[in-house]
Amino acid sequence: MDTILTINNLTKKFGYLTAVKDLSFTINKGNVYGILGPNGSGKSTTLGIVLNVVNRTSGEFSWFDGNVSTHDALKRVGAIIERPNFYPYMSAYDNLKLVCKIKGVDYSKIDEKLEIVGLEDRKNSSFKTYSLGMKQRLAIASALLNDPEILILDEPTNGLDPQGIHQIRSLIKDIAKNGTTILLASHLLDEVEKVCSHVVVLRKGEKLYSGRVDEMINSFGFFELKSDKQSELITYLESNEAFSKIKVEGELITAFLNEPMPAATFNQQMHNNGIVLSHLVKRKESLEEQFLMLTDTKAEA
Amino acid sequence: MIRLINLELQKLWLNKTSRILIYVSFILPFTVLILSSIKINFFGFFTLELGELGIFNFPIIWHITTFFAALFKFFFAIVVVSMIGNEYSNKTIKQNLIDGLSKKEFILSKFYTIVFFSLAATVLIGLATFFIGLYYSSYTEASIIVREIEFLLAYFVKLIGFFSLCLFFGMLLKRSAFALGFLFILYILEWIIFGFITYHSDADTGFKIKNFLPLESMYKLIDQPIQRIVMSKFPDKTEIVYDYAVHWHEIAIVLGWTALFVFLSYRLLKKRDL
Repeated sequence: MDTILTINNLTKKFGYLTAVKDLSFTINKGNVYGILGPNGSGKSTTLGIVLNVVNRTSGEFSWFDGNVSTHDALKRVGAIIERPNFYPYMSAYDNLKLVCKIKGVDYSKIDEKLEIVGLEDRKNSSFKTYSLGMKQRLAIASALLNDPEILILDEPTNGLDPQGIHQIRSLIKDIAKNGTTILLASHLLDEVEKVCSHVVVLRKGEKLYSGRVDEMINSFGFFELKSDKQSELITYLESNEAFSKIKVEGELITAFLNEPMPAATFNQQMHNNGIVLSHLVKRKESLEEQFLMLTDTKAEA
Repeated sequence: MIRLINLELQKLWLNKTSRILIYVSFILPFTVLILSSIKINFFGFFTLELGELGIFNFPIIWHITTFFAALFKFFFAIVVVSMIGNEYSNKTIKQNLIDGLSKKEFILSKFYTIVFFSLAATVLIGLATFFIGLYYSSYTEASIIVREIEFLLAYFVKLIGFFSLCLFFGMLLKRSAFALGFLFILYILEWIIFGFITYHSDADTGFKIKNFLPLESMYKLIDQPIQRIVMSKFPDKTEIVYDYAVHWHEIAIVLGWTALFVFLSYRLLKKRDL
């Protein structure tokens, strides 16, 4: 698999504060990556370092095969970090023309990309007249100008209204469908869950997890159960080795699995034991629950 | 190089304020030059014709026009300072770097633009001086015309040096207004250093050292021509004779400062987290 970005033991200190601590991960071509973490967990700092605007304290990173200088590599990358930054007095078209000059891209790309983000009829209005949603869309158009091998987005839906959020998300999904590698930093879990296949979880600058989203926690899911014979059910579950933890909330019992077990098998067992279930649902933890479990366990440790 | 100048010119040219300031910095010295060269009739009371004073004679005209034109450098200095300040306040400096401009290229695009404008200003002033001189000067032999043409070189170096100082202050302070304020502080600081040295030794040493400081060394490139005009009117008054020529060491000092300011601007950007 082609490597796009390799980060090795990257550390960044701002005075006494360590924003990124000994971080390592690799980004391969063709996947959609999420960097997940609460505010201040070092997401933007990490992106800033690989994008040549923040100086690292120690560690290494290399783009592509490692033989290109960072600023040349960035000509093959499309990135927007935090807010869209453009010259307010220039029109959208002129702003993109400037980016073309920097990246060495033909001007014919400008109209093509403005059309993708739906701004072609406003291309001659100056940037300062744009709404935040339009600015963010222009930023995406600008990042796409060079048909990048990887698109880096830092909190792309921050501060947008629901309609704007929806527009940006469907744009990202369309881009991902065309095979562009995407690195998306966000503190919004459902955003990452909806778009990403791989995830790097950060907390206070430390990596908690990196890998596939669905393998984030070594878990076999859990059953949500209701029954008239609640106490008998609990006794059964507690004596069964297949269940690790049992949680009771009113009528609802949540039983976490230790090993894989289909719902039908469990239902059969209940039936054999003479317990009739009025409610049986097998679920896997959502990314949000997994994320909280991950950050909690690490906090305790 | 063309790409970097082209980049910066687009940023400047589409900005209304800097466009107006660029116009002003070119048009104003010319208007003054042309106004002073024509015969002005004050409602029939008297006519003022500066040409009659002999200030438009070769070779002194090179000295006079470059000295006065250099006073208008402040307009473009505002452009230089704001072209850095705007990049910081719009955060476009960050976006430029993310888009693949290297930090070196960023500084170079600003510096090349400075050289470009200084060159344009020098060529225009040179041409205007040449034609006004041809029209008014009593001597138009080629050997006299090209005498003291080194004032043009001094003018060019002076502009580059001063704008590089502005570039450095812009990078250092990130705000246009602060950077301009700092120019004034530096001016006062140079006089304080002069005062300090004069107090401890004498004014001669004071001036010698002050000649090495950035603003004074730029000013000294083209000495004030008033005294020279007076000198030419009273050739026998030897006590007002002074050295007004352009010296190579003066040019070397200013070029040294220029290199230092550009290098420091680059260092500053390289070390800084944006």
